[in-house]
Order: sequence, then structure tokens, then C-alpha cells
Amino acid sequence: MLAVSHLKKSFDDLMVFDNFGLTVPRGGFTALVGPSGCGKSTFFDVLSGIVLKDEGTISWCGTTYPHLGRHVAYMQQKDLLLPWLSLLDNALLPVRISGKNRHDREKALFLFKRLGLLGFERYPPGKVSGGMRQRCALVRTLMFEHELVLLDEPLSALDAITRRSLQQHLLLLQSEFGKTIVMITHDVEEALLLADEVLVLTPFPMVVRERFVLDVPKPRRSDHHELLRIKEYVLDVLQRDAHNGSSVSIPAGLVSPIGGA
Amino acid sequence: MRKSGIIALAGVILIFTTWELACRILSVPDFILPAPTRILAVAVFQAPILLPHAAVTALEIIMGISLSLLVAVPLATMMYANPSIERAISPFLVVSQAIPVFALAPLFIVWFGYGIAGKVFMAAIIIFFPITVSLLEGYKNCDSEYVMLFRLMGAGFWDTLRFLYWPWALPYFFAGLKVGVTVATIGAVIGEWVGAQQGLGYLMIQANARLRVDMVFAAILWLSVMGMTMWICVGIIEKKVIKWN
Repeated sequence: MLAVSHLKKSFDDLMVFDNFGLTVPRGGFTALVGPSGCGKSTFFDVLSGIVLKDEGTISWCGTTYPHLGRHVAYMQQKDLLLPWLSLLDNALLPVRISGKNRHDREKALFLFKRLGLLGFERYPPGKVSGGMRQRCALVRTLMFEHELVLLDEPLSALDAITRRSLQQHLLLLQSEFGKTIVMITHDVEEALLLADEVLVLTPFPMVVRERFVLDVPKPRRSDHHELLRIKEYVLDVLQRDAHNGSSVSIPAGLVSPIGGA
Repeated sequence: MRKSGIIALAGVILIFTTWELACRILSVPDFILPAPTRILAVAVFQAPILLPHAAVTALEIIMGISLSLLVAVPLATMMYANPSIERAISPFLVVSQAIPVFALAPLFIVWFGYGIAGKVFMAAIIIFFPITVSLLEGYKNCDSEYVMLFRLMGAGFWDTLRFLYWPWALPYFFAGLKVGVTVATIGAVIGEWVGAQQGLGYLMIQANARLRVDMVFAAILWLSVMGMTMWICVGIIEKKVIKWN
């Protein structure tokens, strides 16, 4: 389990989060939804050690660490593929750098096949579409040995069709490789389609405003009536928070509001 | 041909035609200012005399480039890896450019003699600065998001250098090298002026003393051809190496 408590981070006078906490179950898929600039990416940066925290504890599988830099695979919004390497060499970069397992080429090729990239291994990133680049970045992320995967809006730059396809791949790969995935997204529908639980975040400082555990079996349909209700509710929460509005009523049914951490 | 190319060609033709006509109409003697056609004729028909000297100068320049690369690349890398080294070395780099190479040439003749070594060092000193500064600038311009990615992958400095910094800095490196190879002729020729037994600079001094201004211009023409050829060669290598741009 990933457990974060009393986390504090500020930049000069701006308090990004203070006394922030959340827990993420091992092997689950958790989505973080919140408005732009609320500190979600900073939270990932703090988790991965790119940015140092001011205070607080971060623990993974019962052990407390200053950060999880050596324990997470982090896929950022930009694909960050190196234009001078082929797609396969980009995907194999974590393995080549760690120098641990030279046989991971087969694993990379297997993932290429699963994600429809087979035949494009030798292509440079500049010669393929944005969707293929993003899929390659996903393969690179999965090539990390780490169980915990942080995805920062990995699909936001893609068109609707590619996005839907990659969402399905994400689900398959999560169940296949048993990864614990935490994903930031602005797309409430995407969060509801993929995640086992959805955390709704609000800014200044960032707090978990609502937490939904979703029992709807996967793969899910976006027109599922319960998901539609939750979607409306989450959007309402975000909209009202954006306007400093009053509280909203929580819908009944499959939705399980547990409350903010 | 593009419009800019046509304009450039027209400009060159205009200058040389004016020069040619001025020499013919005003009957300017060859020992003052030879006509372009005369210079061209000397450059072509006196090639058996010019080419051995050109080969020596070319060798000095190529060796100078090699020497400066051997020093500039590791130095720029060390300066990037360790900012304290950069702070310590930067003043010397600036000073090395502030001192005119003309001032160093006699010293190099004293230290290395009339052979090729002094000219190689002269060429190397001139090329060294643009390559070092360009490469260092290339390293520094590396996108911080990529650096973070490598840090997350647990990459050390040398892995990051191999896979990220060096390829990232290559366009900057080649920009510096292009500047370097074109100005390298200056170093070699100045070295030959001060003291040499071969080379186009030596030939220019000898020809000038005999009022063979047409030969001086022919040597300049060959130097220009050499500079242009090296610039084109670096451009071809750049295109082969940097395929992703």
C-alpha cells in the first residue's frame, strides 16, 4: 500500500499542499482528478523525488522513504522519447541504464505487440504518430521493474479514438503485470472508466475533497448509468469548488463517498 | 536555385565583373591589383607550385582541428560535470581569445621551431574556443524534463552523457565546429607568415616579396576553397550524424 501523510510542500509563498494525505491500495488503479494547478503533478514530483518535500511521510509496502524515486515508474504528460533512438531503444532505455537484465528485449517486444507497435521497432519517434509515441512511452514505463506506476495525464494529448484504445491497453496491462497505478487525469470519464477508486482533489492547499470506490466491473461503458451519475456529481463538485460554491448532495447507489483524507 | 542563391550569385558576378573591367580599363598593373581572370589563371596553371603548399596548410588545419577536438570535448564535458571546474577554467578560456594569435605566433616558433607543430597549435588555439563554448552551451540547454527522466531511471552522469547530453549537444557542437574550421585557416596562415618553410602562408610571403600579387591572390583563392570544402564536409558529417533534426 502507498501511504502518504502530513505531506507539506510550498514554493516561496505558495502553499501547494499542507497536511496532505492519502492511501492507495496495492495492485489497484487509483485516479486523481482535480483542476489544473491544484498540485497533482507536484505531488507526483514529490513522490518520485524530483521535488523534495518540506514535511510528511511517504511509505510504500510498510517502509517509509524520503521519496519513492527508486520504487516508481513515472510517465509524464509528454512522451519524452529521445529522437536519436529508435522506438525499441527508447523503450529499452531503463534496462540499458540499469544494466540488470539484457533479456528484457523479449518483454519489450511482447509489449510492442500488445500495444500494436510491432513492425515499428526501428522507427525513430519523429516518424510515427503521437499515439504511437505515447504507447512507446507507456512500454518504457512498464519496462521499469517497479510495481508502483505514476501516470501524469498520459493520454491527454491524444485524439478520442487513440485514447480509448490506450485506455483498454492500460487496463489489460495493469491486470497482466499486477502494477499499482496512480493516474492523474482531467478527464472525469476516463477516471471512472479505468480506476478502482477516484480521488477528487481541490486546490490551495490541495486536499482530497471526495473519494469514490467504484465497484462497477471492467471493462466499463461510459454510458453506464451509475458512472454517469458519479460523473455529474464530480463535475458539480469541481465546478462549485472553482466558484467557491456551497456543498452538493451525494448521489446514492454504487457510489461510496468515503470522504477526504 | 532559390531566390536568395540567385541574388548571392548575381552579387558575386557583379563584384568580379566590376573588378575585371576596372583593371582592364584603368590598366592597373598586376603587381598592384591583378584582374580576377589573371588570378584564376595563376591558381589553375600554377597549381603544381600551389598544391604542395596547400597540402601542408591543409594538414596543419586538419591536425589543428583534431588536437582541439581532443582537448575541447573532454574539457567542455568536465566543465559541465563539475561547475567548479567551469568557474576555474572560464577566465583562461576568455583570456585565450582576448590575446591576438599574432602575439602568440612568434612564441610558438621559438617553442616548436619552423616545422608543422607550431602551426598546428596556432590552428588548434583558434578552433578550441568555439568548439568548447558551443558544446558546453549544448549540454546546458538540455531539457530539464529529460534530465529528470534519466534521474528517475537511476542514470549516473556517464549514462546521461552517453544517451542524453551528448546527442542533445551535437547540433551545438557542429555549429561550433563549422565556425572553427572556417577560422582555422587564420591560425595556420599566421603561423606560416611568422616562420615556416612550406604552406600557403609561406608562399604568400615569398610571392609578396617578389611583387607576385597574382600569386598571393591565387594562394588566398586556394585558402578560400579549402575553408569552404571543410565547411561543406562538416555539414555533410553533421547531416549523417544528426539524422533526427
